Amino acid sequence: MTQRLKLSVLRHGPLLTTITIFLMAYIIGSQLYPAMQRPQAFFNLFINNGFLLIVGIGMTFVIITGGIDLSVGGVLALTTAASAALLKLGVSAAVVIPLMLVMGTAIGLGLGSIIHFFKVQPFIVTLMGLFFARGLAYIISLTSVTITDPFYKYLALTPIHIPFFAKAYVYIPTLVGPLLLLVAIYLAYFTRFGRIMYAIGNNEQSAGLMGFPVGRTKIMVYAFSGFCSALAGIVFSISLLAGYGQFATGVELDVIAAVVMGGTLLTGGVGNVIGTLFGILIEGTIISILQYNGTLSSWWTRICVGMLTLIFIGIQSIFARRKKDL
Amino acid sequence: MNHKAFFNRIRESRLFWVLTAWSVILGFNALFIPEFFRIAIQDGHLYGNLIDVLNNGAPLMLVAIGMTLVIATGGIDLSVGAVMAISAAMGAVLINPAPTDKLVSNEILTRNATNTPLGIIVLATLAAGMLCGLWNGLLVSRAKIQPLVATLILMVAGRGIAQLITNGQIITIYYTPYFWFGNGYILGLPVSIYIVAAVAIMAWVGVRKTPIGLFIEAVGINPKATYYSGISAKNIQLLAYTFSGFCSALAGLILSSYVHSADGNNNGLNYELDAILAVVMGGTMLSGGRFSLLASVIGAMVIWTFTLSMYALGVPANALLAGRAVLVLLVILLYSDRRLMKRRSKSADNQNKSDVITPDEKLDLPRP
Repeated sequence: MTQRLKLSVLRHGPLLTTITIFLMAYIIGSQLYPAMQRPQAFFNLFINNGFLLIVGIGMTFVIITGGIDLSVGGVLALTTAASAALLKLGVSAAVVIPLMLVMGTAIGLGLGSIIHFFKVQPFIVTLMGLFFARGLAYIISLTSVTITDPFYKYLALTPIHIPFFAKAYVYIPTLVGPLLLLVAIYLAYFTRFGRIMYAIGNNEQSAGLMGFPVGRTKIMVYAFSGFCSALAGIVFSISLLAGYGQFATGVELDVIAAVVMGGTLLTGGVGNVIGTLFGILIEGTIISILQYNGTLSSWWTRICVGMLTLIFIGIQSIFARRKKDL
Repeated sequence: MNHKAFFNRIRESRLFWVLTAWSVILGFNALFIPEFFRIAIQDGHLYGNLIDVLNNGAPLMLVAIGMTLVIATGGIDLSVGAVMAISAAMGAVLINPAPTDKLVSNEILTRNATNTPLGIIVLATLAAGMLCGLWNGLLVSRAKIQPLVATLILMVAGRGIAQLITNGQIITIYYTPYFWFGNGYILGLPVSIYIVAAVAIMAWVGVRKTPIGLFIEAVGINPKATYYSGISAKNIQLLAYTFSGFCSALAGLILSSYVHSADGNNNGLNYELDAILAVVMGGTMLSGGRFSLLASVIGAMVIWTFTLSMYALGVPANALLAGRAVLVLLVILLYSDRRLMKRRSKSADNQNKSDVITPDEKLDLPRP
């Protein structure tokens, strides 16, 4: 019994640590700055980091299969630029949104196919995807394009009040991230696709020998990540009501850091999307504490995120070592 | 028969593909932008696009030299751009003629003067870069963190550190002797080229005239076997990362002296990506093993030749990214040639080990 308990603590240890650290950071923050005690401050984390959560879900899947996707920021920026340009031409939002999702999925599919069929390292291929997507975004427009479409404006400016919390609200696009999280949990734990994904991450060769469709699953994972990036791009363009190739620079690193903080091993095979949610919440909390403080400068965010990543890798390796001893 | 063997030797050579790529781009230029090759002499200095390739490409060449050694050990260094920013920030802060926080007028700040002697500035920037490299090396070799992640930490935090050093400001440099590294000329050629040549020769002597090069390749091909044959794989990795930090610091020095400023956010932006591209173009496998310094340097030159030819054609700098992506795609397709596939499958189990080392496996290594 104790052995089983120990094992389950070790298995969920990184996730529990992440949740604890998030709670501690939030409680310390709200003690320092009472404004953070308002429920709205908590929901603001979701409003401000909704797009990060969406990208993070796709990234978690890719990392679980042992790969990495650096193209997310590029696809996100390309989506914002392309949708802004199309909306400016008078194309209906009902056409633009599905088109963008198809485009993102297609880019992911292409990158995944190159990774699988040409056996090139994911790192290099998705790096190319990043350059390519950002370059295309700049070709579409060298400056920021504002969106004046009424449907986008409606989505961006309609608050949804949260039950049980007076005066707390979120916007419609904010709900996309949590809904996608539920879908991702279903995909990861209750479908064949999810199990094959973990199997590939643990050992690609044995997964192939067991008869799993390794290539198809890998390509699908990258396509899903491309889809998530495009979705995040739509959410991002709705929240800013603009499209620009320079949006979300460096977002890939923030997302990877959040995924690592969430307990997903970069070597693949271990990890979950719930951890990623908390990783992103930790980053969001740090940013809001820095904002409430006002005297600390923005670069501390980067240093903090770097330090936290290091701490979490340390925690991961401790748990991995313990698990081996058992 | 003899011809066939000769051609095979050329095809096997690491330099073949990168030189092919370069000659394709130069051939294109010869047909469509002949003025690309014009070289003029002004005030005893050589001017022209080809000289610009050497001068603007110098920082990338330096970074690529360091990156080659790191990649040859089976690692990767993503922090090079951030280290460039840190060393540039270090130099700018030491020059700053008004070091104290008291109110200073603009005249004092824009004076052609320095707070620290030039020699100490250079030493301090190099020391800062080597310290960063040492930190990466310690994380990778002693703490056994995957290189991708270990250097990612400094890549994220490094730009923050650079901004911390400059207090978040873009520091413009007015001290003229500092500009010599990026804008000076010796015998008509830019100073930066001599620096690259000196570092390249130093590295070449270091790796080819001593056993270090062999050790680096051994660590890249099979760290376990290297450990059992009595070579300290840890120290070899540490050396490679420290050297990469040194190269990046030198690159940051040249770059900040060329643009006359230090900007924590934009110094060395995307250099990590370009350097990896240069190394891969030079035929060094990302999984480690055999490497060629010369091929990486030529790879960096190919990137800058391509960039400057696009500028000459009037392509905007930002849109060029897509073009560079197509270039990478071409390189990838060239390298996924069947010959390489064969070689890869031959060393498949080695590769799997060095590609993806799980923490559990890594913990096995240092146990004597």
